[in-house]
Amino acid sequence: MYVAVKGGEQAIDAAHRLLDEERRGDRSVPSVTLEQIAGQLTLAVDRVMNEGSLYDRELAALAIKQARGDLIEAIFLIRAARTTLARFGYAEPLDTRAMRVKRRVSAAFKDIPGGQILGPTFDYTHRLLDFSLAGDYEPPEAARAPGALRSDMPRVLEMLGSEGLMEQPSQEAREPADLTQDPLDFPAGRDLRLQNLARGDEGFLLALAYSTQRGYGRTHPFAGEIRLGTVEVSFTPEELGFPIVIGAIAVTECEMINQFKGSATVKPQFTRGYGLGFGQCERKAMSMALVDRALRAGELGEERGAPAQDEEFVLSHSDNVQATGFVEHLKLPHYVDFQSELVLLRRLRAGTEAAKHRLEAAKDRPEAAE
Amino acid sequence: MNVPAYNFAYLNEQTKRMIRRAILKAIAVPGYQAPFASREMPMPYGWGTGGVQVTASVLTPEDTLKVIDQGADDTTNAVSIRKFFVRTAGVATTGKTEEASVIQTRHRIPETPLTEDQILVFQVPIPEPLRFLEPRETETRTMHALEEYGVMHVKLYEDIAQYGEIATTYAYPARVAERYVFDPSPIPKFDNPKLDDCPALQLFGAGREKRIYAVPPYTSVRSLDFEDHPFEVQRWDQPCALCGTRESFLDEIVMDDRGTRMFVCSDTDFCARNRGER
Repeated sequence: MYVAVKGGEQAIDAAHRLLDEERRGDRSVPSVTLEQIAGQLTLAVDRVMNEGSLYDRELAALAIKQARGDLIEAIFLIRAARTTLARFGYAEPLDTRAMRVKRRVSAAFKDIPGGQILGPTFDYTHRLLDFSLAGDYEPPEAARAPGALRSDMPRVLEMLGSEGLMEQPSQEAREPADLTQDPLDFPAGRDLRLQNLARGDEGFLLALAYSTQRGYGRTHPFAGEIRLGTVEVSFTPEELGFPIVIGAIAVTECEMINQFKGSATVKPQFTRGYGLGFGQCERKAMSMALVDRALRAGELGEERGAPAQDEEFVLSHSDNVQATGFVEHLKLPHYVDFQSELVLLRRLRAGTEAAKHRLEAAKDRPEAAE
Repeated sequence: MNVPAYNFAYLNEQTKRMIRRAILKAIAVPGYQAPFASREMPMPYGWGTGGVQVTASVLTPEDTLKVIDQGADDTTNAVSIRKFFVRTAGVATTGKTEEASVIQTRHRIPETPLTEDQILVFQVPIPEPLRFLEPRETETRTMHALEEYGVMHVKLYEDIAQYGEIATTYAYPARVAERYVFDPSPIPKFDNPKLDDCPALQLFGAGREKRIYAVPPYTSVRSLDFEDHPFEVQRWDQPCALCGTRESFLDEIVMDDRGTRMFVCSDTDFCARNRGER
């Protein structure tokens, strides 16, 4: 005799205890510390802070540990924690011109005022497994620049702009849109799109950016400037009325130079795409800049047909916390809906069967078929 | 690292106020999908974040909460959501439909008739009934504004032309208060008649899609159909094998690998009550 299934609660508790055990792994090996994650898996931490939309290295490290290294799960943990935080207001716009630069390169000019500064990069490394890292290898200390770098590193795009070759960035005096405070609405302004892309999944943006390079919405990009470093964050408390510096964060900024545009009356100019993210996130910032530019197709009077140019398509599907949730929810029970489909399908099949019998019966009596 | 303490029912009061405003708007315009700034919740999107946010916003410490998934109180996700509210709100919970003041549900409406003192909160995956006919939000918004529902009737008609009957069995579209066509969430169409003229307040939360909509108490909900193809609900040839009722939606249980099947109530509370087990 069938008895309705019970015991979901105990099963869940037991599954979670098993998860805790698997997370811990071999107990003879020391548990990984948050300092190790925050200090040595820095790019994973950066990604979690970016897509988790919260600049906190310690919490991101905790999330990565709790998620067993599944970064989308870690991002999800950070987003859920972020929900509960009190909001004090908006910071002043970051001044990335005043960035304390760690890395800064341009692919548009051989040499630029302030210099090409390579910084810590995988570029030009040979991707050969380094077996010395399997042990306790301690690298020698890196050499430092003999003097301080310029504190007001000029922007490559500004240099082009002063010659009139580069479109001026759009400036609007209003408060920027905020999709964490208001639901996403279409058509979206560029501010809202950039916020969405900054929180968007790196893999999704990478694929979209790649698609524009392969002809699905070409934008003829040049990496005008990519810079990585720390910038000060200022905030104006209501009771003070003037901005105070509340800390510094590491960011990566990418400014793309894209295909020019002009008309009979307007001299042709290059157009721009913009990317910005927490920590070191060049792949993300570059992808974001390419997609930003692709999404400007409508504003710039270009034909819109490629996925990367489709605002609703891009913005509605960029968030990996939403995407993974909805895809994985198919694991939840759907007994009732499936039962409804079963009932219908069986009835439809029975109807077809009856019709077939009627046809065959008619065939046996040729006179009746006429 | 300092460990934070959570507010009653998890969400902070600022967020609850925002959600309550959306709920009030939704009640004022029955069937209209009111946008709201859905928050990230500690359970995944697609697992009831919209319903959870609505429940968190209407819940008071005096409430008694019931959570069901597929009609049952002890399916894994129902257990998880119930535990979440026990942990963050400390409210009393129940499995008995008539004892609950707030019922959060996924995919079913309880068989036991609801009363004026109850709120039924639905978890909604895709709030837009026109979404599978028109993927663009900008388009569907205009279609609702103009009451342009022709495509939906065409879809239902095409079903009839192809299969001889309407082939939508769950998330069956209906018209609320003779104005908005809405998606009652993926409940079986068996449950659609319960939406109509219901004494309880029915709230629908879609977290990922950031929409809340409502069917206020005693509001007409008419499932779409045609004069010559009137709306019908699923029927089973046999009664529930456990309680013997013929009035409820039945789940099919596969008993062995020789194809033996058994049909039992999907609403476990209703079934237990019929059997006198509670």
